[in-house]
Amino acid sequence: MADISKYRDFFPPKNPDGTNIIDLESHKFVKIWQGPQHPGITGNMSLELIIQGDEVMECKTHVGYLHRGFEKLMERRKFIQCFPLVCRIAVPEPDFNEYCFAATVEELAGIEIPEAAVWMRTLILEMSRLTSFLMHLGGQSGAFGLGVVAQWTNYVRDLMLDRFEEISGGRIYRMHMPPGGVRGLTPDGFDARMEETLRTIEDVMKDVDTTLFNNAVFKRRSVGLGYIDPAWVDLYGITGPNARAAGVPKDVRKDYPYLKYPELDFDVITAKDSDIYTRTDLRRREILLSIDLIRQILAKMPKTGEYMAKMPNVLHWRIPKGETYIRSECTRGEYGFYTVTDGSGYPRRVNVRGPSYTHAVALMERMAIDCNIADTAGLMLSLHTYPPEIER
Amino acid sequence: MKALIERLEKKFRVTDPVMQRADETFFTVDKADAVALITHLREREGFTHLSFLTAVDWLEDGKFQLTYLLNNNAMKADVGVRVFLDRERPVMESVHHLWKQAATYQRELKEMFGIDFPGSPRIDEPFILEGWHDIPPYRRDFDTKKYSEETYFPRPGRTTHDPADYMKQKLYPEE
Repeated sequence: MADISKYRDFFPPKNPDGTNIIDLESHKFVKIWQGPQHPGITGNMSLELIIQGDEVMECKTHVGYLHRGFEKLMERRKFIQCFPLVCRIAVPEPDFNEYCFAATVEELAGIEIPEAAVWMRTLILEMSRLTSFLMHLGGQSGAFGLGVVAQWTNYVRDLMLDRFEEISGGRIYRMHMPPGGVRGLTPDGFDARMEETLRTIEDVMKDVDTTLFNNAVFKRRSVGLGYIDPAWVDLYGITGPNARAAGVPKDVRKDYPYLKYPELDFDVITAKDSDIYTRTDLRRREILLSIDLIRQILAKMPKTGEYMAKMPNVLHWRIPKGETYIRSECTRGEYGFYTVTDGSGYPRRVNVRGPSYTHAVALMERMAIDCNIADTAGLMLSLHTYPPEIER
Repeated sequence: MKALIERLEKKFRVTDPVMQRADETFFTVDKADAVALITHLREREGFTHLSFLTAVDWLEDGKFQLTYLLNNNAMKADVGVRVFLDRERPVMESVHHLWKQAATYQRELKEMFGIDFPGSPRIDEPFILEGWHDIPPYRRDFDTKKYSEETYFPRPGRTTHDPADYMKQKLYPEE
């Protein structure tokens, strides 16, 4: 039998920075595209993978399939016209865009919003977090072939969308936080229906715990995979659950308290193993924390009162020259808006800082190297990224 | 925060500090000092997290403003470092050696504003737009409305209403 060992080398030589030296002409490598239409990719983006055998040697993230130029569009719209636009930047949790945009505009214009509106915004953001995590948990499970969890979590997510519909009339895009306050408070009987929904979610979470977190296949595939070194947190700009699972207690809700979070009782959830299993488990604990926070908010928030500040005529609204950056903690990490005004009736520049920008590009390109091709979908999902906020 | 600005003013050409909030200050630094100042903030002052890097086009003044927002999580404070570039020759030193994600921001700025960062990895590769030959689209002199009217055509039977008129009728009917 012919000796083929001289034609086969296990790993390609590496550059000084640790990346693999790829020579596509050598026919030892195959280039494949994962995405832009692929169940293992969050939204429409693609990974250009170079593989040898079944191991990824190089990964490049490609975005641009959802580019609508939001930041540019806002420059030619009055401040109030930007409000229905910003929610579309991140589909599964649009409310963080609305809050950050409204908060920057209010700060630059010197508007203070009523107490009831502050509580209402806190409630909506927390409900949005819970809804988004439920969707993510199903996706993470599905990436490892366990589709049933996605069916359950999407069912309870739908119950949450019913609650959003009660509040605002909108299910996906709530558009409830215009600059100056909120569009309304909770309707009659909302608390009881919310409590029922939260109990249903808790029941489903018990099933998810048994089915997913004690599942032998999920454990074997996710434990030890996709390790994020705590030293990478600042180097790659990692925030949110990805950082907290590496033991770095970064949470905007605690570090830079906004809205009514200082009045709520909670601790930052951290873990230490920093692999996919740990990150998924941390998000499960975040869901339970969100349920607790929603109960606390409903118990404390006023049910009546002013919810909109007195606003100038929004069609002739000019905001003095200035710039500010306001951040909030979304499900994926630090979400912020940097708004620059020039004294006119239009924003000079609005820049959206989404956590996916760092997680899905620089970090994913690093983490995919030497990973098995079958695991890239799970790895991608475990970083919890949404492409629209990368390309805006 | 005041003490920090005073310390920086002694070492670098820092001007125009604006304390936006107790935990957020913006200031301008001379282009030649910028990377040295950012490195100093990262290495000596604990501003280890780069929240974002973006640009603002001041077309009337012929300048681009780069904003580096650095965060110190121990101090719970942010600084926004403004650097002004000449709009005719927008070139800036890269900071990709300090933060890995900076290369992505710089690649986007090259594509969207035409600001060059020589030496930054994959700086000339398209990031979002493929096959774009017009001027960088996030510049103020790029007219999105004119572009879409020239590139696409209106569908017959569609009418356009001015949203401002509609809002005036709904919100301020008595005016």
